[in-house]
Amino acid sequence: MFLSAAFFYLFAIVCVGSAFMVISARNPVHAVLFLILAFFNASGLFIMLGAEFLAMILVVVYVGAVMVLFLFVVMMLDVDFAELRAGFSKYLPIGATVGLLLLVELIFVIAAWVVSPGSSPQAPMVRGMSNTAALGEILYTKYVYLFESAGLILLVAMIGAIVLTLQHKEGVRRQSIAAQVRRKSSVELVKVQSGRGLL
Amino acid sequence: MIIGLSHYLTVAASLFTLGMFGIFLNRKNVIVILMSIELMLLAVNLNLVAFSSFHADLVGQVFALIVLTVAAAEAAIGLAIVVVYFRNRRTIDVAEIDLLKG
Repeated sequence: MFLSAAFFYLFAIVCVGSAFMVISARNPVHAVLFLILAFFNASGLFIMLGAEFLAMILVVVYVGAVMVLFLFVVMMLDVDFAELRAGFSKYLPIGATVGLLLLVELIFVIAAWVVSPGSSPQAPMVRGMSNTAALGEILYTKYVYLFESAGLILLVAMIGAIVLTLQHKEGVRRQSIAAQVRRKSSVELVKVQSGRGLL
Repeated sequence: MIIGLSHYLTVAASLFTLGMFGIFLNRKNVIVILMSIELMLLAVNLNLVAFSSFHADLVGQVFALIVLTVAAAEAAIGLAIVVVYFRNRRTIDVAEIDLLKG
């Protein structure tokens, strides 16, 4: 019990601390790296809650794909990030006010009700299956339309991202198969008479 | 020393607040705003998973999976828009995205 509490506090403190560094880091590359740290610790919290599959997905999809995409974009764009931080101190008071208000409200909401005593984090298991198997069991049967619409969302996002960023540069000579097939006067069909040949 | 549901909810609330704080603080930098949105979605996911775990109901995790999918799609589209915008204007300052103002 003590060990799990210690791990909870470790993951929670590192997660919140790196989330703070995400929004206050001067260098956006550092911000992305701190976000990766936050995701790793959140996946640790997920494991403590018994959601192994989501923890795995968080590491594979978020750290492996989304954050690498962020890193690519941050490094690809030649932006003067110091200039973008110009209004940092200007927005600090209102941001701090709204943030503190929201935090206090959320903590009031959390503190207002009592969790039924004796409830402890447990992996919601069905007939002794692992978390991944149990999740698959309901995801592919009861929530299959939700699952397929998630796939559709990803397809739309993929096509949208390609359509947005694809650019045709002028002056690049590409092969145009349709134009090649269509062109005339290079290939001619000749009817050859037997015994005489061409000429 | 027992870690209850409210502990997880407090962590999620702090993460959500930090995400919103980040949007206020980095009003100009689109990339940091997108990262703050990711933080807020992570807080939502943490809430969903915590409730799912303490209620022994897997539906919360299914919903968290869908939130994750939408977040990934949103990040991809958002970054594509940032790249296109940077190509056209050579900056990613949010305050200058006012071409539709008429």
